[in-house]
Formats: sequence, structure tokens, C-alpha cells
Amino acid sequence: MTKLVFIEPTGNRHEITATDGQSVMQAATAQGVVGIDAECGGSCMCATCHCLVIDAPNSLPEMQSDEADTLEFTAEDMKENSRLTCQVTVTPELDGIVFQVIGR
Amino acid sequence: MSGVVIIGAGHAGVQLAASLREAGYGSDIRLLSGDPDFPYHKPPLSKSFMATKEAALQPLRGEAFFAQNNIELSLGLDVDRIDRASKTVVCADGEAIAYDKLIIATGTSARKITMPGADLPQVFALRTASDARAMRDALPAMKSVVVIGGGFIGLEAAAMLSARGVQVDVIEVAPRLLGRATSESVAQAVADHLIKTGVRLHLNQSVETIAAQDGAVCSVQLGDTFLPADHVLVGVGAVPMDQLAKDAGLSTENGVVVDDHMATDDPDIFAIGDCVSFPQIHLERQVRLESVQNATDQARALALTLTGSPTRYTALPWFWSDIGALKLQIAGLSDAPDQLIETFDKDGALKSVYHLKHGKLIVCETLNSAGEHMLSRRMIADGFTPDIDLLVDGDARAMKLAYQDAVKG
Repeated sequence: MTKLVFIEPTGNRHEITATDGQSVMQAATAQGVVGIDAECGGSCMCATCHCLVIDAPNSLPEMQSDEADTLEFTAEDMKENSRLTCQVTVTPELDGIVFQVIGR
Repeated sequence: MSGVVIIGAGHAGVQLAASLREAGYGSDIRLLSGDPDFPYHKPPLSKSFMATKEAALQPLRGEAFFAQNNIELSLGLDVDRIDRASKTVVCADGEAIAYDKLIIATGTSARKITMPGADLPQVFALRTASDARAMRDALPAMKSVVVIGGGFIGLEAAAMLSARGVQVDVIEVAPRLLGRATSESVAQAVADHLIKTGVRLHLNQSVETIAAQDGAVCSVQLGDTFLPADHVLVGVGAVPMDQLAKDAGLSTENGVVVDDHMATDDPDIFAIGDCVSFPQIHLERQVRLESVQNATDQARALALTLTGSPTRYTALPWFWSDIGALKLQIAGLSDAPDQLIETFDKDGALKSVYHLKHGKLIVCETLNSAGEHMLSRRMIADGFTPDIDLLVDGDARAMKLAYQDAVKG
């Protein structure tokens, strides 16, 4: 189990524990993190799981072109630390990571 | 009980419950689902859910979400009728539930075929989790499958089956795949992709009978020929589940008829999602759409209306389909374009098709070009059309600069 922290749009800090192997988006929606609608279910399609990585214990795996393209042309402008959380897999290396929820 | 009662816990119903709470709705919310499974994402059923025997359904929201937000969810509970006079719904188990506002979000059911053999046990539809589970259980026994219908669900399943080494034959009554959902060029690119992965396409053909031997499917008859098959998947479209509304005396025509605020003829009853016929703002006519976007955006708009901010549903439609390695995305709704502009990737493969009408960009279809899709959604929604030469180049970065300049200006 890996600890993930989300700063929700209201500023609320929401800590969850996630199962390794699922996506960060899946863990967040399953546990009711506010602001992540994930309406496409992880198809890298809707960008409603967009988060900023505010504090990471280790660097995340590089994003694939689908994720980079989707983010680059999304209404909420992409920042250097933007990620689509449906494309980030929960691993022990993520333990303690803090995401700022952008959502839609 | 009073408050909001939502019939149907698919993408529309669950999003409405979530959006109502986000908008500060404080009264009771009750979600009634005829489906016994915990509310789940539908698109993965034909893809990742089939990948392994153990793959779980992907929940739309976790159990914690329903508890935290005080949303009462009843699974496997069918609604028998709506009693408008007493403002109650009567469930199959006899329970009567009162509502202040009732929302019909019942979705669709798979259209059935009626030919001989259609009810054999090896003939599947793919609409619900239980459909998908039945098909998944049969996967190990599938050697050759006939898919009836060249629409999105059939083609996604065809690609999935073919990747597993199953021989797949797709039969489509029309001269092309995907009906009017895409341009001809995109339909052709999808056909080429499927053929390359080993799928056989039979266009302009229709199935006459599904033949059986010893009670099991053995072949499918097309005119004079018989295609060997051990299983059949039927993907010939969906029909709106509007019977409850019809029985309650509400207007229905290809779905529950609503206005641009998702309201039915009854001021206390609304309807959203795949089951409604609504006035589409871009086409300026009544349509029914089957998509996740349509369901969730209608839910968001209705949540605002129900919490004191009347909101018209005006969102730009978008859609996607993962057909094997091909990601097809559509921004906007096709409407008799007078100009189509095609762009290609560096290997010469079709990458995007821009639809223009009276010089205005109305639709963008993309194949494995997510950036162009995302940008087009914004451009079309804002009524921005890039110069023709930018469209012809299909360079999303250049278009984005032009768009940003125009928006700023």
C-alpha cells in the first residue's frame, strides 16, 4: 500500500492509501477525491484527472506521447509538473507524493 | 423520503449525484439501479475487462464516495412505474419512493436481432457487465467469431478478439463501416487497420440465419455462403429505455423528449444521458446521442439547474473509440459538411479530418492524434476556424498559436 496525498480544489488535503499496480486516478476516484471526474475511465482522453505533482519523493516515469499531447492542448494549460493521473501507475516509489487536483 | 430520486446509475446518473453534492445540494439523493453491479465504466467492457479473467469492473466512483456524499445507492432494483400524481416511483419489490424531483437516466438496451438462431447460447450482446462477463467466460472456447454490425462496439470487440488470435468476420449491411458516425475516409482507415490485423470484413451483406449443430452455433449464413463460427457477437445498435416515461404519459420519440434544460413535460421530472432526445444546440434539432460525454455533461448542467442556477445544455459533443491500437476521437457533431480537409502523418497514414460548413470548422476526427483532438474541442466550442493552410498542414502547435492569438484579440 502506498500513501498518496491530494490537495482538492477547495484546498482540502485528502490522504489515501492506494494499491500498487492500479493507476493514481483509479485510486483517487475509488476513494472519493474531489475534483477528479475521470469520465473517460483512463483512456487518456478527457483530461479530467489532470493534477500537478507538488512534491514527489522520487521522479515519476516519463510520460508517453498520448499523455503529453493531451496535456499540451488541454484548456487548463499544461505546467512542467502536469500529469494525467490515469497514466501514472501506483508504485512504492510514489509513497508520500502530493498532487494538486486541477480537474476540469 | 423526498429530495432527488435518480433512476439509473450509469455514467449520467452517477455524475448527476456527484455534481449535485459538489453544487451544495443538501437534501436526500437516492440512486436506483436495475443493474446488480456496482456502478461501472462502460467503455472498458469491450477492452480491458476482457484482457484477463480476473479483471475487475472499473467503478465510476468508489464505495467511499457514495458514503462520504450521503448518496443512497440501491443495486438490482427495477422500477415498475412512475406515479406522477403522488410523485412516487414504485419499485419491482413494491417499495414506493417519494420524490421532489425525479431524473430518468435509464440509458439504452442492446437492439436485438430476430433471425433464426439469434437466441442460441453462443450469441452475445455487449452492453452491460453481465453481458461482458458471459462473453469473457466464453473467450477460451472462441476460435472463430462472427460480429454482426460494423459499429463501434462490434469493431472494438473485433480488434480485441483478433489480437487474441481469434478469427473474426465482421458483417455489415451498409457499404461502409460506422454508418454516419464518421467520414468515409475515417471509416476506410478503420477498415484498413482491421484488415491488417487479420479481421475479415463483409460489407453490403446481411445475415439470414445463425445455424447450429447439437444446440451450438456452427455457422452464419450470408446469402449462399456459410461462414464457420463458434460464437456470434451482435452489435447492431441500441434502443433507448424510455418505457417508464412512456407509461407515465411523458412524451417520447426516439427517447424521452426533453428541452434544453433536460426537463420533460412534467416540471418535476427530468431526463439525461443515452435515453433522451434533446434539442442539440449545434445542429439546432432534436437528437439522441450515445456517449459518455453527453451523459456526464448533461448531468453537470442539470445539477446546476436543480440547485438554483438554471443552465442550458450547450456542451460540444466529443467521442472516442479504441479499436485495437487505433484511437479514434471525434470533436463536434457531423452535419452535412461542405468541405473536408484531410491530414496525414509522416508515414502517410490518415491523421485527421477537419469538417467545414460555410467556412466554419464544425468537426475534427483524429486517428492517434490526441493533441489535435483536444485543441479542436476548444476551437470548435469557441467558434474559431484556423486558416485553411493551417488546417491542411495539420500542425497542432501552429493552430494553437493562431487560436490563442484570436482568443486574446
